[in-house]
Amino acid sequence: MQSTTLILILLAVMAVAFQLGRRRAFNLPGLSSIRELHSLPIYHGFYAAIWCGIPALLALALWSSFQTPIISQLLMNNLPATLTAGLSEAELGLLLNDIRNLAAGNITSGDISDELVTAADHYNHLQQVGFSSQTGVVFILTLLGATLGWRFISPELRARNKVERLLRWLLLISSTIAILCTAGIIFSVLFESVRFFEMIPLTDFIFGLQWSPQIAIRADQVGSSGAFGAIPLFTGTLLISLIAMLVAVPIGLMAAIYLSEYASPQLRTYAKPLLEILAGIPTVVYGFFAALTVAPMIRNSAAQFGVDASSESALAAGLVMGVMLIPFISSLSDDVINAVPQAMRDASYGLGATRSETILQVVIPAALPGIVGSILLAASRAIGETMIVVMAAGLSANLTANPLDSVTTVTVQIVTLLVGDQEFDSPKTLAAFALGLLLFLITLVLNVVALRVVRKYREAYE
Amino acid sequence: MSNSTQTTIEKVNATLERRYAKERRFRKMGIAAIAIGLLFVVLLFVSIISKGHSAFWQTHIKLDIEFSAELLDIGDRRDIETLSTANYAALTKASLKAIFPEVDQRKGRRMLYKMISIGAPYLLREMVINDPTLIGSHQTVWLPADDDIDMLVKEQTDRNLPESSRRLNDKVIGWVDQLMARGAVEKLFNTTFFTAGDSREPELAGIGGAITGSLYTLLVALLLAFPIGVATAIYLEEFAPTNRWTDMIEVNINNLAAVPSIVFGLLGLALFINLAGLPRSAPLVGGLVLTLMTLPTIIIASRAALKSVPPSIREAAMGIGASKMQTIFHHVLPLAMPGMLTGTIIGMAQALGETAPLLMIGMVAFVVDIPGGPLDPSTVLPVQIFLWADSPERAFLERTSAAIMVLLAFLIFMNLIAVLLRKRFEQQR
Amino acid sequence: MLAMNNLIEERQQPVSTEFTGTVGDISISNPRMTTRNVDVHYGDKHAIMDVSLDIGRHEVLSLIGPSGCGKSTFLRCLNRMNDTIDICRVTGQIKLDDQDIYDKNLDVVPLRAQVGMVFQKPNPFPKSIYDNIAYGPRIHGLAEDQTELDGIVEGSLHRAGLWDEVKDRLHQPGTGLSGGQQQRLCIARTIAVSPEVILMDEPCSALDPIATAKIEALIDELRQNFTIVIVTHSMQQAARVSQRTAYFHLGRLIEVGQTEDIFTNPQHKLTEDYITGRFG
Repeated sequence: MQSTTLILILLAVMAVAFQLGRRRAFNLPGLSSIRELHSLPIYHGFYAAIWCGIPALLALALWSSFQTPIISQLLMNNLPATLTAGLSEAELGLLLNDIRNLAAGNITSGDISDELVTAADHYNHLQQVGFSSQTGVVFILTLLGATLGWRFISPELRARNKVERLLRWLLLISSTIAILCTAGIIFSVLFESVRFFEMIPLTDFIFGLQWSPQIAIRADQVGSSGAFGAIPLFTGTLLISLIAMLVAVPIGLMAAIYLSEYASPQLRTYAKPLLEILAGIPTVVYGFFAALTVAPMIRNSAAQFGVDASSESALAAGLVMGVMLIPFISSLSDDVINAVPQAMRDASYGLGATRSETILQVVIPAALPGIVGSILLAASRAIGETMIVVMAAGLSANLTANPLDSVTTVTVQIVTLLVGDQEFDSPKTLAAFALGLLLFLITLVLNVVALRVVRKYREAYE
Repeated sequence: MSNSTQTTIEKVNATLERRYAKERRFRKMGIAAIAIGLLFVVLLFVSIISKGHSAFWQTHIKLDIEFSAELLDIGDRRDIETLSTANYAALTKASLKAIFPEVDQRKGRRMLYKMISIGAPYLLREMVINDPTLIGSHQTVWLPADDDIDMLVKEQTDRNLPESSRRLNDKVIGWVDQLMARGAVEKLFNTTFFTAGDSREPELAGIGGAITGSLYTLLVALLLAFPIGVATAIYLEEFAPTNRWTDMIEVNINNLAAVPSIVFGLLGLALFINLAGLPRSAPLVGGLVLTLMTLPTIIIASRAALKSVPPSIREAAMGIGASKMQTIFHHVLPLAMPGMLTGTIIGMAQALGETAPLLMIGMVAFVVDIPGGPLDPSTVLPVQIFLWADSPERAFLERTSAAIMVLLAFLIFMNLIAVLLRKRFEQQR
Repeated sequence: MLAMNNLIEERQQPVSTEFTGTVGDISISNPRMTTRNVDVHYGDKHAIMDVSLDIGRHEVLSLIGPSGCGKSTFLRCLNRMNDTIDICRVTGQIKLDDQDIYDKNLDVVPLRAQVGMVFQKPNPFPKSIYDNIAYGPRIHGLAEDQTELDGIVEGSLHRAGLWDEVKDRLHQPGTGLSGGQQQRLCIARTIAVSPEVILMDEPCSALDPIATAKIEALIDELRQNFTIVIVTHSMQQAARVSQRTAYFHLGRLIEVGQTEDIFTNPQHKLTEDYITGRFG
């Protein structure tokens, strides 16, 4: 909060510096006409504001990121041995948390001893000192920057070029955020996964047929039961995705074909956006629909045939997921089908082929790579889809191919393992990251292959 | 030759019937596919609206309340402290007792009192604190009924079930019927639903808190994603040299667009909460995660918008001596802005409907208070739907559907704006 | 207007650029196709105006004229390829052997089997060479068994003069051939259905001179068995391959006649201007 105030003040100071810089450029001594300036006064304003604010902001950012660990370290070093004796890394962390909470006046988990109170006071004191010196440094840098900026402003100053160069750097930095994000995903998932695989062997995880993370915790014997076998999760994911694709691919493809080859312009203008509504509906709504409308429907109709269906059947989740993917498949294949050159159709019609013959024997084979690409993209969606399966697919890790049974999926397990209390040293929590890593890798491969196939296909007809 | 042509055309004619039958079959399959797709759209909306529309009304019961100082047990004191802690439940109890004097057993009384929502005393308290002169007067007040009564009045509870498998016994149903006969039961517009935070009691629960949370989350996401997305698009489209680094950024952006949302949740948990130490359940963290998720959408749309600005505009500006930066910011960007905004709105609509990654960062909490800032614990609208969908009470079912209706209304509104913006943009061209 | 007409009569042709009806004999004896008063509209655009023309048996008829004159549009009317364009409307009468091809009850599938078409750009299907040729016979059920189909494929490739070049790679994709070979493949694909008339829409415009020469020789050969209508923007090509030539200008058929006559002694001023290169 205190940093926020500082930042706001800094921004205000920068605005003032902008005005001053601009004015100074107008009123430079010995300037007979504004045309003698190399850059417009507005750039001198920006230039002054940058000198005034950027060094201070950078210092503030650096200081804020280092203050907490440094203070923690100082605090630790000063703690009496009676408090820290024989504590593990994690317990030390908890202790530190207690002290922080106490200092902030919140409720702490343990009893409050005198040592703790002293430590909390010490912590508050350190915070205070930290903040005052931080403010001081920022203040000095602002003043220094402002003076320098003021000095630099002259008719010859290439203010525009300098401001533009900074802007260009900002643009470049923005564009690297996408890379940083991917790197962040990989490292955060990989790091915790490595810790997981230190406890549970990789082979147990990939080839194990049993998934019951709770049992391992209760028996307090980490990983000994082999309860972290991911096979049932993957078969469950595959089963549901397969059902979804069986629904989405034929319907989506036929809809795309009909809309692009047969439908009248009026039907196209109304039916297309209506179908695309399905793509805009949040997945949590589909989950609700699957759990409360489709699942009971399936159970009732199964009961009429004398078949026993689970109330959280794979069929319900897969069916609704398929509906969700219909517009995805249809709009992607629509693009792909439209990219097939008209000359191809003309050749076929010119030989006397009917529409369906042309579509089935010329257009679809020509569009096949693109269609395969869009199916792969849809499959990657299905595998990574979370809310529908969390709400409709259940938690029991059954190794089954019966769509009326309840199965669980990778995403469901990630959610159940991570919602609620998390202990970052138990395999239960870390398993979620291992599953996340696998999920990321699988979808990544699917996406890369799909995007490449689609791109190759596009190039072939351009 | 003419002989063989004869046979050719005969052969062709012989196949026609079969081929046209095939053609018709194929056509019907296409129509069926579209019909099925549209059927699902209709089914989805009908099922949600039919379940949810009733939640916008809440059963209220008319009670004659005597604001007696004696029942409130406050004597002559009228200060805020006293008024806030007074026993308002006694007022409703007394009023109910007056209507049904024949109920005298303790168990019966308890059932009787339970007909009024346990939130009713808070409403009375608010009335009194706003206007202390009420004390001592008689007032007719419409108070919300308990959710079980609400369900009964809305005919969502089956009266014909055997008594043991109903949540309300015959006695209570009798009382409700008596009240209805006297015109003391009415369904009033459910403002609580829009203003309140979450609650364990369906009749007191609302989406106000979730909507505020969504608002803060989207605000954070918008403030970060829009400038970063536009800056990235400008860099890639106007400045980036064609080299491997640029290629890598491009491939990255395309892949990020297809990474499962839950993986972003894992990133948020590991990076923002564990590493950076930001608070759990905060809209700030949710906004950060959604920023990363919507960035690819915004970047791709913004690049397309920049691409569609004709190069002649750039040449014209450069030709009169504008620098590249000036050309872009003064001439290209204004023309590309509608396209960028369209992409941003669509990205924000996606973010508004996103649930899974927010579960990972603890926005799945039970939050009663309406969050006051981006650092307060809060939940968002889709997560609230997820939470309510799990609740066993029947009354939460209709509220879940109603919350979905509100969410869909927001989404339709946003997409409508995007469509209109795009239309206007295209007309300009 | 009247004065103008008198003027034309006084001065004799070919002085005026005014259009007063097609010059030359549009009708011939025993035609394969006859067209009378054909008008074509694309939406609001009047693309073909009142064109009447006969097409004889075993002749090559070339349609020439500046770009946008409607010659390709007219060609596409002859096997109703214009049906694939939504906004296109055709009126008038077009007959193939006394059968009105714009009759409501007429089926375009057998019509197109009788009147085949070769397009401007070679457009082989992304299939093997064999499957490209076999596509037509397969959909129309022309071959009873595999041997017969093989025979049709080989025969068509022979007649298109492509057999020796591709006989060892029949199962490689047709898109792998050179441009000229692709166009001959498309011709082979068309004749595999044994049509009566072959329509060619600038078949050589995308090809180099050597490939063009091969196609022209092929056209001359095919005349033995087929009626060929060819649209070309090259007057030399029209002179080389065709027996009769029709000159189109801004949607009207200006002049038609024996090819030598058209090129040596055009009757209409517009035709003369075009042939002498004054525009086009």
